[in-house]
Amino acid sequence: MHAITYESPKSLAQALSLLSATGEKGRLLAGGTDLLIQMRAGVRKPEQLIDAKSIPELQVLSFNSQDGLRVGAAVPCCRLIEDPAVRQHYPGLVEAAGLIGSVQIQSRCSLGGNLCNGSPAADTTPALIALGAVCHVASSKGTRTVAVEDFVVSPGRTVLQADELLVEFRIPAPKPHSADCYQRFIPRNEMDIAVVGVGAAVTLNGDTCTAARISLGAVAPTPLFAKEAGASLVGKPLNESTIAAAAALAQQIAVPITDMRGTAEYRKHMVGVLTRRVLTTAAERARAK
Amino acid sequence: MANKVHVETTLNGEAVEFLCEPRQSLLEVLRDVLGFTGTKEGCLTGDCGACSVILDGRISCSCLVLGVEAQGKNIQTVEGLAQADKLHPLQQKFLEHAALQCGICTPGFLVAAKALLDRNPNPTEHEVRYGLAGNLCRCTGYDKIVRAVLDAAAVMQGR
Repeated sequence: MHAITYESPKSLAQALSLLSATGEKGRLLAGGTDLLIQMRAGVRKPEQLIDAKSIPELQVLSFNSQDGLRVGAAVPCCRLIEDPAVRQHYPGLVEAAGLIGSVQIQSRCSLGGNLCNGSPAADTTPALIALGAVCHVASSKGTRTVAVEDFVVSPGRTVLQADELLVEFRIPAPKPHSADCYQRFIPRNEMDIAVVGVGAAVTLNGDTCTAARISLGAVAPTPLFAKEAGASLVGKPLNESTIAAAAALAQQIAVPITDMRGTAEYRKHMVGVLTRRVLTTAAERARAK
Repeated sequence: MANKVHVETTLNGEAVEFLCEPRQSLLEVLRDVLGFTGTKEGCLTGDCGACSVILDGRISCSCLVLGVEAQGKNIQTVEGLAQADKLHPLQQKFLEHAALQCGICTPGFLVAAKALLDRNPNPTEHEVRYGLAGNLCRCTGYDKIVRAVLDAAAVMQGR
């Protein structure tokens, strides 16, 4: 690896001032499970790493039933997965975080790192999109919010400017009779990158769906929000035919590539399969609440 | 020569300090600076688990941690498992079950198994297999390793 400098700011203000001084040459280091590999391979060449893990705002993990969930960008996935409130209210997010790498990787990796890495196949990004999560971004000039579905602009690139950092995610409080689900397809049980990943969150009123969000991973240059597929379910019961129709709409926006993990045609087929499965499971979970 | 950073950490219960370049991994520091060569280098991409160490109670790949990140942390490596001449039950059971062949993956498996049993003293076979999914063995397969971990758990539980 090339020579670097390392800073471990203890406050957000200190981190932002470091970042505004280094600009393009600096990069935030969260768990490092993507970044350090990319630096060794020469794919990314930051001159200064700014460790995100000692910044208190990036380690927040709190839930209340009015405001929902706040997850600091650098919270390791192991903390998220073990958190009782997250497990109870956002099982799809737990599923996605629990699919990243091994226990070793989950000790270090974070939702913020997963999103800022900008991979189209990131597992937690579709789960966050399905939940309607919003990114809180800060720079030394101020703050702004960005919906998760608008954050990644192309493989490995995000909306973050050189002087900005991702502080935290805010995830809306779960409505009564709502639930989420995330599933991915890989050809083995563990330790692989998604061939296709699909997230869904639904809200029911009796038998009627009152809100639904569907999201897709690994089938386009960025994670996708399948807005029309979700909207097609609103006002209808969630049954085999409405779910199949939503899955067909989700398939329409998928523009996958063919690579060693699967052909474009196969990926498109799997979008349909997984969309039906996650909607069915999310609906079952919502009914059980 | 890049500027070196002074780092103070706790390694297997003892206070340790070292100098390292910011680009050096914790794995490099353990092996090449501190001479703790029990931790092995495998893939350097976090896939194989040979470099597993316990960092503040969490199993981690030391190839994906910078040495400078060890500041103020608590690190456990395979060298910390045995107490004087007495092997840790996991080490004893790996021997009894012949759960190793070439041995390169073994320290990582032992440390990962220790971390697993620290959090879940009585795991099912399923939990052991998932818990050790981040450790690759290219010689023996996993059956003997899983049996050794389950047997060690039983012994440690006094069964």
